[in-house]
Amino acid sequence: MTNDQLKEMIFRILKEIAPECDPVQLNPDESIREALDIDSYGFLQLLISICEETGVEIPEADYVRVFTLGGMLDYLGRHLL
Amino acid sequence: MAEFRMPSLGADMEAGILVEWLVKPGEPVKRGDVIATVETQKGLFEVENFEEGVMGEPIVQPGEEVPVGTVLAMIHAEGEPVVPAETTPQAAAPMAEVRAGEAARGFSPAAPQPATPPAERIAVSPSARKLATELGVELGTLHGSGPHGAIQRCDVEQAATIEKLKPAPHPELPQTGGLRDGMRQAIAAAMSRSNREIPHYYLEMEIDLSRPLRWLEGENLKRPIRERILPAVLLLKGVARALADVPELNGFWLDNRLQVSPAAHIGFAIALRSGGLITPAIHDVDSLSLAELMTAMSDLIERTRAGHLRSSEMSDATITVTNLGDLGVRTVFGVIYPPQVALVAFGRIMERPWAENGMLGVRRTVTATLAADHRATDGHRGSQFLEALNHYLQSPEKL
Repeated sequence: MTNDQLKEMIFRILKEIAPECDPVQLNPDESIREALDIDSYGFLQLLISICEETGVEIPEADYVRVFTLGGMLDYLGRHLL
Repeated sequence: MAEFRMPSLGADMEAGILVEWLVKPGEPVKRGDVIATVETQKGLFEVENFEEGVMGEPIVQPGEEVPVGTVLAMIHAEGEPVVPAETTPQAAAPMAEVRAGEAARGFSPAAPQPATPPAERIAVSPSARKLATELGVELGTLHGSGPHGAIQRCDVEQAATIEKLKPAPHPELPQTGGLRDGMRQAIAAAMSRSNREIPHYYLEMEIDLSRPLRWLEGENLKRPIRERILPAVLLLKGVARALADVPELNGFWLDNRLQVSPAAHIGFAIALRSGGLITPAIHDVDSLSLAELMTAMSDLIERTRAGHLRSSEMSDATITVTNLGDLGVRTVFGVIYPPQVALVAFGRIMERPWAENGMLGVRRTVTATLAADHRATDGHRGSQFLEALNHYLQSPEKL
């Protein structure tokens, strides 16, 4: 998956979790949860969907690395190599 | 034979619309079966039945709005003949309307009622009939002032004037407000009642969650991501355990006295993405394992957002927990949901400096607050509850 495909996938999943949000407006270094008002349950749903589509299971210890869009893309990029 | 009534889905509900019957007359029904769906200001709910038996003829039809407590249908005992209700509402309703209309026009209810005359037989002068057609006045709605109740020109003119004086429906405002407006109104009613009637007291405690969260991360590593347990589950279970020690916070203030509930049905505040909130109950939290509680919570969140909550989940929470701090705020001072007597709120879990044994360290902590009804408990008991909560959370493996 290219960076753009990953981004598209994340936006699509976020849109399912928070239908009224516009993930495209997301700044690469702002917190996804805070920017889109996603609670811990919604964030877990995001990680579950990402795992189902990419096979990458992000452990809780790595949550700090995927709080932003940039961090998430970076993390997935490394684990999909 | 038992009555199946419009349930009260919370202290703020006055009436509901029967949307659909899910069981046909003559079909067997068990306790816990969902047999109808009802719409309230807070959305669509599945209504459960609490009797064993056979579904009777519906008394209330889909689309009708009726007050809480109205009999919707009868549930017959097994073997009992299923007879249609004697007066169907279609037959009863127009009659009731006629009576109400007559009373409003000054008729004595005891006066002999003419057998509803067909419209053609209304005594009306020809010129009055012509005028009524011109002015668009329904002759059937008029009470004539002429001999033998005959309708005259002046009656028609008067009716037309009254019609004009009636306020026209506001064009840009829908007659029945949208669901969100309705929910706002429902929340407004419950919270106003709470602040008016309940003398709240508030207590707060900072709880070190470092150890329980480390333990939970270890547990979650052993599980597939789909079965991961959220920290909120620890908090809910901790509340249920602490309630067993301080049961006076779990129950209702009714008839001027505290009624302690033997079961811990925890109302869990769920914010809707489109605005408003719903606090459906997770039943018997004290008896669920953490994994079961996570499943129950996920199920409840999904069904709340999809509009598939059951009536019992809306009506029987014995205490409310809000995890508002999941996003953002550090401390939450809650408003109790009447007739409950307590609300436990958690702020955001965050790293903070923590002094212990003469050492300063960084810990992940949460602020737990208790809002409690001072009629039911005193601060001393409330404080014991928060201490018990802390105690149970520190041994997460025993939760």
